[in-house]
Amino acid sequence: MSETVLHSPLEAAHIALGARLIPFGGWAMPVQYTSILTEHAAVREKAGVFDISHMGQVFVSGENHIAWLDRLLTNNLSRLSPGEGQYTIMLNERGGVIDDLIAYRISETETLLVVNASMIPEDVAWMEKHLVSGVTLRNESDAWAGLAIQGPDAAAIFGKLFPSEQLPPRNGILKTAGGEIVCRTGYTGEDGYEFFCPAALGPIFFESFISSGAIPCGLGARDTLRLEMCYPLNGNDLSPERSPIEAGLGFFCDLTKPEFIGRETLASQKENGPETKLTAIELTEKGPPPRPHYEVFSEGGEPLGELSSGVLSPTLGKGIAMGYLPAAFTKPGTPLLIDIRGRKFKAVTVKKPFLKKSK
Amino acid sequence: MSASEIPADLLFQSSHEWARVEGDTATVGISDHAQAELTDVVFVELPAMGRAVDAGDPTAVVESVKAASDIYAPVSGEIVEVNPAVEADPSLVNTDPYGAGWIFKIKLSKPDQASGLLTPAAYGELIG
Repeated sequence: MSETVLHSPLEAAHIALGARLIPFGGWAMPVQYTSILTEHAAVREKAGVFDISHMGQVFVSGENHIAWLDRLLTNNLSRLSPGEGQYTIMLNERGGVIDDLIAYRISETETLLVVNASMIPEDVAWMEKHLVSGVTLRNESDAWAGLAIQGPDAAAIFGKLFPSEQLPPRNGILKTAGGEIVCRTGYTGEDGYEFFCPAALGPIFFESFISSGAIPCGLGARDTLRLEMCYPLNGNDLSPERSPIEAGLGFFCDLTKPEFIGRETLASQKENGPETKLTAIELTEKGPPPRPHYEVFSEGGEPLGELSSGVLSPTLGKGIAMGYLPAAFTKPGTPLLIDIRGRKFKAVTVKKPFLKKSK
Repeated sequence: MSASEIPADLLFQSSHEWARVEGDTATVGISDHAQAELTDVVFVELPAMGRAVDAGDPTAVVESVKAASDIYAPVSGEIVEVNPAVEADPSLVNTDPYGAGWIFKIKLSKPDQASGLLTPAAYGELIG
């Protein structure tokens, strides 16, 4: 990866708001403005706005682009109509995860892929390597600013700012009259949308969402919010060495498609059961917050693996984590131990997600 | 925070612990500057009572949402008291770092060691 740090078009606004910037995926991004706990609560109870300008936008077009994407991605885009989107995964030949992304069908002939910041060059290189005639890629990642507005008040805020537009349904995509892109998706478990506009307009819209009631939120809250929902983070919970079947993302892999890159591994794992599974783990005694790379043991002391993610859940008030464990130890209710600085703390496997939303 | 807002009866380490020395005992916590940098303290791991520590030893752990930070003993001696209140409510470290948010007390084995710590003015200069 390049040593150059990339800067969001909103950086000056972040600094003016007192944000603390950290390196993330090659970018300098706000980890928090005032307090991760306050920002977390704002999203669960009202609304927060996150800068997601670091994420990548790749537009794929052409008459046959859907058939091409369906050979490159695990989910099934041919099942969507224009205006609809789906979570999907790009795999290497061994069935390991290159990136997880959302694909939105803009029209019959064009699809938008929103990909992880750190993976933009690799994703684009992979797509170019497999490109066929009649399909065109446009990596417009630098041209767009992105904002994720998330929380129970997010829809009302949209209504205030865009009184003549209608939010798309869940997972849907809308192009506004002004040319902004609105996707009814997110990474928090709350209602909300991801909003993309030309980079130069980013600071103006950021300010508009804030003055309409959204609290600026950083990557710290984004991490606690997504982990409460067991949404995986590529690089932590997903890797080129692990398949989406192991990651528990089989729902987003359509094995009825005759062909896509990585399919053989997935089909065999689905048939025989994967050897390891990304498992939700909860601390059952008061202890330090679990964190990535802490080691996990069986109740009997057998080493099982390590945590890929872990935090003290602000909503639930207890330690929550995920990690790849041997299949025999993944059934909900299996007692485990987590080693934290040489002491073993009691934990248990639980059903995903940690936060059960009553909707 | 300017030096004038730092309590005058405290001594500091450059790693942001404070010590209030009364007789042969030093009460230890982290500075207001440190708690502001850490933000949202969610867990405090206290040392064992009776443990012997050398100045500079990692003695407690303060964890925010994002990171775990070692707290180093500013002086050598024996842990004679720990603060159960910060274990029960770690946010005291944020809300009252120089008072209710204290972490442990050390009975000094080398009483003259305290003179090597930073004065409030010197610490104020360090944190700018």
